[in-house]
Amino acid sequence: MKYETVIGLEVHLQLKTKTKAFCGCAIDFGKIPNSGVCPVCLGFPGALPVYNKEALSSAIKVALAFSCQIQEYTKFDRKNYFYPDLPKNYQISQFDLPLSRNGYLDIFSENKAKRIGITRVHLEEDAGKLIHELNASLVDFNRAGVPLLEVVSEPDLNSPQEAFDYLTGLKNIIEYLDVSDCDMEKGSLRCDANISLRPEGAKELGVKAELKNMNSFKGVKDALVFEVSRQTELFEAGQTMVQETRLWDADKGLTISMRNKEGAKDYRYFPDPDLTVFIIDQPMVSQIKAQLPELPREKMRRFTQDYGLSEYDAKILVSSKKDAQFAEECIQRYPGKDKKNIVNWLIGPLLSEANFRKSNLHELTINRDELISLIGFVEDQSISLLSAKLVLTQMIDSQKPAVVIIKENNMLQISDTVELTQIITAVIQENEKSVSSFRAGKINALMFLVGQVMKKSAGKANPKVVGELIKRRLTDA
Amino acid sequence: MEVNQLTAHELLDKLKNKQVVFKDIMEALYVRIQAVEPKVKAYARFKSENKLSLNPQTNGLLGGLPITIKDNICTEGLNTECCSKILGNFRPPYDATVINKLKTAGSSIFPLKANMDEFAFGSSTENSYFGSTHNPWNLECVPGGSSGGSAAAVASDEAIWALGSDTGGSIRQPASFCGVVGLKPTYGRVSRFGLIAFASSLDQIGPITKDVEDAAILTRIISGYDPNDSTSVNQDVPDYTNNLGKDIKGLKIGIPKEYFIDGMDVEVKRVIEEAINKLESLGVISSKVTLPHTQYAVPVYYIIATAEASSNLARFDGVQYGYRAKSDNLIEMYKKTRAEGFGEEAKRRIILGTFVLSHGYYDAYYLRALKVRTLIKNDFDTVFKDFDCMVTPTSPTPAFKIGERAADPLKMYLSDIYTISVNLAGIPAISIPCGFTKKGLPVGLQIMAKPFNEEMLFRLAYAFEQNTQWHKIKPRL
Repeated sequence: MKYETVIGLEVHLQLKTKTKAFCGCAIDFGKIPNSGVCPVCLGFPGALPVYNKEALSSAIKVALAFSCQIQEYTKFDRKNYFYPDLPKNYQISQFDLPLSRNGYLDIFSENKAKRIGITRVHLEEDAGKLIHELNASLVDFNRAGVPLLEVVSEPDLNSPQEAFDYLTGLKNIIEYLDVSDCDMEKGSLRCDANISLRPEGAKELGVKAELKNMNSFKGVKDALVFEVSRQTELFEAGQTMVQETRLWDADKGLTISMRNKEGAKDYRYFPDPDLTVFIIDQPMVSQIKAQLPELPREKMRRFTQDYGLSEYDAKILVSSKKDAQFAEECIQRYPGKDKKNIVNWLIGPLLSEANFRKSNLHELTINRDELISLIGFVEDQSISLLSAKLVLTQMIDSQKPAVVIIKENNMLQISDTVELTQIITAVIQENEKSVSSFRAGKINALMFLVGQVMKKSAGKANPKVVGELIKRRLTDA
Repeated sequence: MEVNQLTAHELLDKLKNKQVVFKDIMEALYVRIQAVEPKVKAYARFKSENKLSLNPQTNGLLGGLPITIKDNICTEGLNTECCSKILGNFRPPYDATVINKLKTAGSSIFPLKANMDEFAFGSSTENSYFGSTHNPWNLECVPGGSSGGSAAAVASDEAIWALGSDTGGSIRQPASFCGVVGLKPTYGRVSRFGLIAFASSLDQIGPITKDVEDAAILTRIISGYDPNDSTSVNQDVPDYTNNLGKDIKGLKIGIPKEYFIDGMDVEVKRVIEEAINKLESLGVISSKVTLPHTQYAVPVYYIIATAEASSNLARFDGVQYGYRAKSDNLIEMYKKTRAEGFGEEAKRRIILGTFVLSHGYYDAYYLRALKVRTLIKNDFDTVFKDFDCMVTPTSPTPAFKIGERAADPLKMYLSDIYTISVNLAGIPAISIPCGFTKKGLPVGLQIMAKPFNEEMLFRLAYAFEQNTQWHKIKPRL
């Protein structure tokens, strides 16, 4: 039997607001433990929470970016449970009236476009951090009260790769909004995955496992891949699944069942009486909407329309906000008509430089105007493409202007026909065999001859001109 | 008359005219406390051998006038323990907003905190970890509660004036039992920041004073919007002394028939009827009104108040502050700390509150209670369309004997039958002395008004007070 994989993701994003969600403490993770705290985020007796407008507005931004419906009437609830990293032993969260619902994220995965539903986006507060060392458990409350955004997807993902692409797409959008660092290793993005299998064509969802403890997008994908095969085996062995939480062990590459807890968790949600109902009215939504930056999808559309880029090229460029910005600055500075020329440089040599240096495009230490001038040298055939790539590397390394590097290395191409004719004459004399092959109609022979000229000229000959000259010489004669 | 027997406004005049200095007031208070505190036990941690010291806060209008604070209002560096073992020796790192306001106004915070029922859970001050307070009018009787210490201290002239807190009658009922004035302001009138929460949607801090003028002065000082409390309301605070002495002729007074029921003490009934006659002789027009949902107030209150309390008290877990039981594992530590740290009534309410919020019971209890709360509020709105005030007894009985109701929680809960609705509706109400039973116990008259119409309460209460002598009679100790 064939099985369909059903995955839903629950993503938590730490918002990088100036202050915490319900108090005035500045958010700074570099601080020594328990120094970025106050009576409110420590849950001291008598202290009361107050809304952070910036956090609410960031949350609304994210919700709008995912095309969610913003709820006019939203409230905060208490989620009650005991844990030493939770100062009040309840978390301020949102239960039945989240600030937004019913959004989506379009992904392109395994060569097809797909719309993934987003059930809800809501705001809550983060807990502190437990540190276990030397037979002691310590708690750092610097993180307690940091605003967290919960983004819950519909169970619309059907493969680990789709889950991976969903996360990448989500991160991309958040990066554009600049409201969270989205760093899974540092915990500013956390992701739990619900996964179940069902016989293909079945309508009802199967019994799910909730996967936790993944600390990279790849980890999420790997855990899901493992889980698909584990659950498939169970199915095929005719065993019944139990609903459970499983922890991903990245070192061993498998998921482990957490001990079954007695009964279901009861968080006893109820409206937080310390916080009044929050009304998100239309003027507020419009104001936030007006502040939204251009999002990847729109940027991509604009790149293809305005600059004539292929969808493929545009997609590569918009996959990072800063790279897209860098690319656009270069494209706008480029004087030529066909923007494709500069784009080829960006997604060709520049991207390989970036990959080689394990950095991003925009992080390359290269002046945009210098890049344009380098491309100019290639276009007016002053240097060869090959040389230009070498110059590019040196430009990034030394930050010297292109022209200086070209001169220092004596790289200007020889396009002077008199000088070239002398070299060509020598090459023709030395390679009679190839000459007759060319005359017999073998085009490869020409390439070989051009190569020989390039060699003799130490790479400085302009290959286009050389090719033309050889061709004319051999056909004329 | 001794200096400590004077009212705050009398002392303010004398301070201004240099007839007394700060030191005189403090010395008179110390002499009085040494003499009667062993009998009354109004203060939480009084020890006769301890010399009290106090840095006068003599800048500002109040010229250093000391004020006694209930043990659940945070005072920086001063023990604030809610008279519970679990907060053992807790000294807050910050002042409640009301304390800040008092200090700014030139008030000195009295170094001993007033006794109370643990976490304000009770109507007799018998539930204090530090032992019962005794009623100054009859030492065998309770002073009422939960602000019994504040009321007894004011009544016995161990304090000039005091702050209490009122969740279901905790200011008005002890004021009534002790023959002093007590006001529960409109919900949102006074900041709750720094008030250790019992039930956040019901709690308000308010004054307990020797006369109405003092209550008006103190209410003005502590009132006003606080950006640290989302539930405080941004509305101007009038000078409540302006309307004192204003004619009450023609004011329309409602007498809710549901408050005059069988089982009401005959002595209380007689005193209240006399008080109403007195008001009529002063020109008010009284008529019977109905508050049809009154019978549901007590059950609704004990659902909402305990639900909120169960969550508010979750933070007392031994992790950060207060009492911690010894144990080598976390769960045991939680359990032992809370088992040993909370008293019986606190445990009863935590369990009740946890139950009504539990999965499967939430709709039947908590949600239902919220709906009925709205009906109760609507009852008041309806009456206040046609009436300026309502007048009722503060309590169905005078002070009862210590131990008399301790074993019967339900009977104890009925002590607040006339005061609870006011908190559920969020309206202001005052209790003023209006006579005595044959046995010499004071009886309180409760006056209720529309939200944010404290002025009306003071105006009516002041007129009554100026035409009676009840507030001038002192207990013999």
